[in-house]
Amino acid sequence: MRHIISVLLENEAGALSRVAGLFSARGFNIESLTVAATNDETLSRMTIVSVGNDGIIEQIVKQLDKLIDVVKVTDLTATEHIERELLLVKVDVDQNTQADIDKQIDEFSAKIVDVSEDTYVIELAGKSRKINEFLDSLDASKILEVSRTGVTGVCQRRES
Amino acid sequence: MKLNGAQILVNSLHREGVDHIFGYPGGAVLHIYDALDSQDDIMHILVRHEQGAAHAADGYARASGKPGVVLVTSGPGITNAVTGIATAYMDSIPMVVISGQVPSPLIGNDAFQEVDAVGITRSCVKHNFLIKDINKISSTIKKAFHIATTGRPGPVLIDIPKDITIAQVDEPTYADTIDMRSYQPVVKGDSGQISKAVDLIIGAKQPIIYAGGGCVIGNAHQELREFTRQLNFPITQTLMGLGAYPANDELFLGMLGMHGTYEANMAMHDSDCVIALGARFDDRITANIDKFCPTAKIIHIDIDPSSIGKNVAVDVAIVGEVKMVLQDLISALKDKKTADISTWWSLIAKWRSVDSLAYKTKEGVIKPQTVIETLYEITKGKAIVTSDVGQHQMWAAQYYHFDEPRRWINSGGLGTMGFGLPAAMGAKLAFPDMDVACVTGEGSIQMMTQELSTMLQYNTPVKIINLNNGYLGMVRQWQEFFYEKRYAMSYMEALPDFVKLSESYGHIGIKVEKEDDLKPAIIEAFKQKDRTVFLDILTDPSENVFPMIPSGAGHNEMLLAGRDKMASTNDEGLNLV
Repeated sequence: MRHIISVLLENEAGALSRVAGLFSARGFNIESLTVAATNDETLSRMTIVSVGNDGIIEQIVKQLDKLIDVVKVTDLTATEHIERELLLVKVDVDQNTQADIDKQIDEFSAKIVDVSEDTYVIELAGKSRKINEFLDSLDASKILEVSRTGVTGVCQRRES
Repeated sequence: MKLNGAQILVNSLHREGVDHIFGYPGGAVLHIYDALDSQDDIMHILVRHEQGAAHAADGYARASGKPGVVLVTSGPGITNAVTGIATAYMDSIPMVVISGQVPSPLIGNDAFQEVDAVGITRSCVKHNFLIKDINKISSTIKKAFHIATTGRPGPVLIDIPKDITIAQVDEPTYADTIDMRSYQPVVKGDSGQISKAVDLIIGAKQPIIYAGGGCVIGNAHQELREFTRQLNFPITQTLMGLGAYPANDELFLGMLGMHGTYEANMAMHDSDCVIALGARFDDRITANIDKFCPTAKIIHIDIDPSSIGKNVAVDVAIVGEVKMVLQDLISALKDKKTADISTWWSLIAKWRSVDSLAYKTKEGVIKPQTVIETLYEITKGKAIVTSDVGQHQMWAAQYYHFDEPRRWINSGGLGTMGFGLPAAMGAKLAFPDMDVACVTGEGSIQMMTQELSTMLQYNTPVKIINLNNGYLGMVRQWQEFFYEKRYAMSYMEALPDFVKLSESYGHIGIKVEKEDDLKPAIIEAFKQKDRTVFLDILTDPSENVFPMIPSGAGHNEMLLAGRDKMASTNDEGLNLV
């Protein structure tokens, strides 16, 4: 099953490689990983999406918790949470396809953030599934480049 | 007073109570060596290879309980030490390793003797640091010792660039305490879980205590003894746990696992309640995990939450220091009545009568088991015994009956050949008045013979018991059983004359070829209180370690000496190590 694991860790050099190294050394799978500083500049927030059975996810959480730099590990999937991912996609646009693309953009509430003579750069934020659906709705032969941030998330309760 | 980084480093080590450093100098650590030269509080042991430094510090730590300290230079200095660091990591040994690094401005430039020490060691240390600021030296040392020695102990590496060691600062300050928001090991077990454990314990009809290295490292041997005797439960120990509970006690069933006794493994298999204390259900213990303890409820007590439920699902998990949890269990069980387990004990008595460690002696051949038994007899079981890795290690574990913790020092987790000799040197430095023996083989010892030179320089008299059978014995045993006796590369030709070798290093060498000479030679070796003695003992090349659980088999499928001539395994088993 897919899990979103949120890790609060010391904002130290090498912290990212400790986490990435842990996943490769123990054969855990990473679907996506995002990391950035938080409002407290001494702390970073890392959000990892991984797939595994309960035993594997339990080990992932415990092994992350064991890292000295890690302050807190939360399996967001186990609680009420909000998850979002940002997509930037560059597509080919010509007179024949423009109307169709505009329609999809409208339907998914995506945004055109750059227009050139024959391309759009489209931005869409949402759950990974929504982003997948949006990409599926486009003519694959017109997609020039896809860049996704990976999932970030937050627990809905006051205390996570 | 102005001090440079190297002086602050040495002062910080002194403040941590460090009295021995095992190391080897080089360009990046010259300032640190200069600072060490102008003080008398810390003794530096100059090894002959950095792997030896890490193993010696490790042996020192295992024997004394204090963290071992290693100092090496950048590049090859630290890469050579990596095997020793990984050895300590796998067995949870407290160790602090200081490695020099090229000057900060050169980092990343492929400078002379530059390696990414923090990157290379990341997966075999509990934590590591790269010091970038002279003002962080003392607090980093404080943190390193705190991390290395608390929770589940382990090695911590501090990489320090050369420019930081020569930079100066006025009036440096030293931290007395440390508080890390991201590192707060649990000490006390959860009381709810403890009462669940109590319920299982008092209802158990076929219980067994399975105690591991955590009982030794966590100094829980007194509590373990009290707990076991309070319950009158049978107890088995892992290779790493030996000595925590006295081997000569009636309740002790011997070691369990791949080369454990018949009674220990059978009791595990038939148990209805396994109490795991500071043990981690390693594959050498569980054998085939699908056949492991099929009828038991399992209580697992460990300081490391990630050890619990990793290999085996457990019924009651208690995270905490095994010493503290045992204290709580002892008082919780004080007024409780446990189930009658006399039938269980009679079953165990039947298994014991199999006498699974019995072996046949042969005229004109020295049996390796006899050597260990004689060593035990001559030292009255009171020596510190280190070992290398292989058959001799198993025989030492089986036939030297350890009654006290920290007397049996071996590389259990990583299985590092070459460990025994430097570890013996480290143990001897920690306890100069104790007898120290290194049980080894002609394969293992050749991985670290250069340390014989260090042992002369620092006068660390150790008795080397070399079980010389001309084979990499454990490899040969597996090839005999599982590879139709194709002995690929397990026979060592062109062995050195170990007597001359040890003599050339200034020690005493004695070759033992006849069984009649064995006992007098061992007596003579231990009479030489101030000398390292190398006993090169020619032992039966065909002897195998029994009992044995072949790969893929369960605890109740052991092979016994003389009864099961040939082991076999299946394809699944062959894939296991």
